[in-house]
Amino acid sequence: MRAAAVDWRLAAPLGIVYLALFAAPLLLLLGISLHADQDLQQWGLDNWTKFWSDAFYRGVVWDTLRLGVAAVLATSLFAWPLAVFFCNASPRTQKILIFIILLPLLTSVVIRTFAWIVILAREGLVNQVVLSLGLSATPLRLLQTETGLILALMQIEMPLMLLPLISVMRGLDPNLLDASRALGAGMWRSFFRVILPLSLPGWIAGATLVFASACTAFISQSVIGGARLVYLPSLIWQQAMVVYDWPFAAVCSVTLLLTVLAGIMMLNWLGRYARTD
Amino acid sequence: MSQRRTFADQSFSLVFGGLTLLGLLILVGPVFIVLITSFTTSASLKFPPPELSLRWYQALFDTTRSAHIHRAAGNSLWVAGMATLGASILAVLAALAIGRSRRPAARALEASFLSPLILPSLAYGLATLMFFSLLGLRPSLTHLIGGHLVVIAPFVFRTTLATVTQLEPALLESSASLGAGRFMTFRRITLPLIAPGIFAGAFLAFVASMDNVPVSLFLSSARTDMLPIRMWGMMESTLDVRVAAVSGVLILAIMVLMFLMDRLTGLTRRMSL
Repeated sequence: MRAAAVDWRLAAPLGIVYLALFAAPLLLLLGISLHADQDLQQWGLDNWTKFWSDAFYRGVVWDTLRLGVAAVLATSLFAWPLAVFFCNASPRTQKILIFIILLPLLTSVVIRTFAWIVILAREGLVNQVVLSLGLSATPLRLLQTETGLILALMQIEMPLMLLPLISVMRGLDPNLLDASRALGAGMWRSFFRVILPLSLPGWIAGATLVFASACTAFISQSVIGGARLVYLPSLIWQQAMVVYDWPFAAVCSVTLLLTVLAGIMMLNWLGRYARTD
Repeated sequence: MSQRRTFADQSFSLVFGGLTLLGLLILVGPVFIVLITSFTTSASLKFPPPELSLRWYQALFDTTRSAHIHRAAGNSLWVAGMATLGASILAVLAALAIGRSRRPAARALEASFLSPLILPSLAYGLATLMFFSLLGLRPSLTHLIGGHLVVIAPFVFRTTLATVTQLEPALLESSASLGAGRFMTFRRITLPLIAPGIFAGAFLAFVASMDNVPVSLFLSSARTDMLPIRMWGMMESTLDVRVAAVSGVLILAIMVLMFLMDRLTGLTRRMSL
C-alpha cells in the first residue's frame, strides 16, 4: 500500500514540467488566438472569422489535409508489401531490413529533404533518366509541384508507417495464412481477407503518425513545395515571424492542431469500425 | 482451376516483389545519393557528380569560412545533450511510477506523457515562443533546452515503460525479502534490467533533438542558431553544396551510433517490438 503511494510521486516531476512547459504555452496559444488586436488588449473572435471567411485560408486547410491523406496512401502502397516481405525473411535479413528502415528515420528531415532536391532538380537524377531514355525532350519540372512533394514525403514518412505495421504483423499467427491457403484461397485473396484486416491496427497506428507528420512537415513543404504551394505550417511561420501578427498566427496554429486531431480521430473511428466488421 | 490460381499467385509475387524492391530503393536511395553528392567537385548539385573530391568537406572544416555552421552545430549538440539528460531523468522516474499500475489514471497519465509525439509540434513551437516572450525572457539556449525536453521526453518514456512493464515482480520481492532496502533494490535489480530501455530511448531522444525543426524554428535566434535551421537557411537562399558535406558527416555519425547502440541495447529489436 505504502509502496504504491511513493511510486506515484515519481511521476510528479515530469508532470509538473509538462504543465509548465507544455500545457501552459498551449493554453496561452489558445488565449492569444481569441484576441482581436495585435497588442493583445481586446478579446474577440475577429481573427477566427477573418480566417474562416476567406476562401484562400480555407483552401490552405483543405490542401494541408489532402497532403496528409496523400502521404498516408502513398506510404501504404509500399508499406504492406515491405511488411509482408519482412515477416517472411530470415532473422539475418530482418536485421538488415531494420537497419534500412531505421537509417532514414534517424537521418535528419533536413537531410532527407535535401536529398530530394538532388533527385528532383532540373539536373537531378529523375531528369537525367527521363532525358536519356528520351521520355521527354525538356527536363520535367518536379520541384515546387505537389507530385514532387508527395514523392519526397512518401520516403520521409515511410519508416513511421512500417514500424508499427511490422510489429503487428509479426504477432499474427502464421497458421492463419496456411489455413487460408489450404482452404483454397490464392495469395491475393489471402492477403485482402486475412493479412490486411488483421494488420489494420498497425496500419492505423502508422497512418496516424504519417498523417500528423506530413501535415506539419514545414521544411519539406517549404523547400520542395516552394513559395507557390502554401500549407498551414508555412502560413503559421510567415504570420508569426514575417508579418508578426500573433493572434492570426495563433488562429492558424490552433487550426493546424484541430486539423491533425480531426484526422487522428477519423483514423481511430475507422479502426473501431473495422474491428466490429 | 489450379492453373489459374498459380497465375494469380504469380501475379501476387510479381506485384508485391516489385513494390518491395522499389520500396527498399526509395528508403535507402536518397541517403546514398546525398553521400555521393557530398564528394562532388562541382558547385551545382548535378547527379551523378562529374568528378569526386573532398572540396566541400575542406570548405566545411575551414574554421573561418564555416564558423557559423560550427557554432550552430555546437549549440545543437549542447541543447541535445542537456535536453536528453533532463528528459531521461524525468521520463525514467515517470515510467517507474506508472509502469506497473493498471489503474485508469495511470493509463491517462501515460497518454498525456506521450501526447507531444502526435500533437503538431509546430503549433507547440509557436506557443513556446509566445510563452517565453510574454514572460519577458530573451531568446536563450535554456529555452531551447526546455522546449526540446518536452518534445523528446516521450521517446525515453516509451522505451523505459516497455522494459518496466516486463519487470518480474518476484525479483523485486525476493530482493526486499532478502533485506535489501528500496534504494538498494533499485540500484542492483531494477536499474540494470531497465537500462537497455533507457539507453535506447535516450539515443532516440538525442537524435530527435539534434533534428528538431518545429521548436528550434521559433526559439532560435541569430545568437542561438541551431544546425537544422542553419542548414535550412543554406538550402533556401543559395544552394550551398556544404549542406551535402554537413549531411555526409551526420549520416556517417548516425551509422556509427546505430551500430554501437545496437550492440549496447539491441536497438533494432527494440524498435520493431
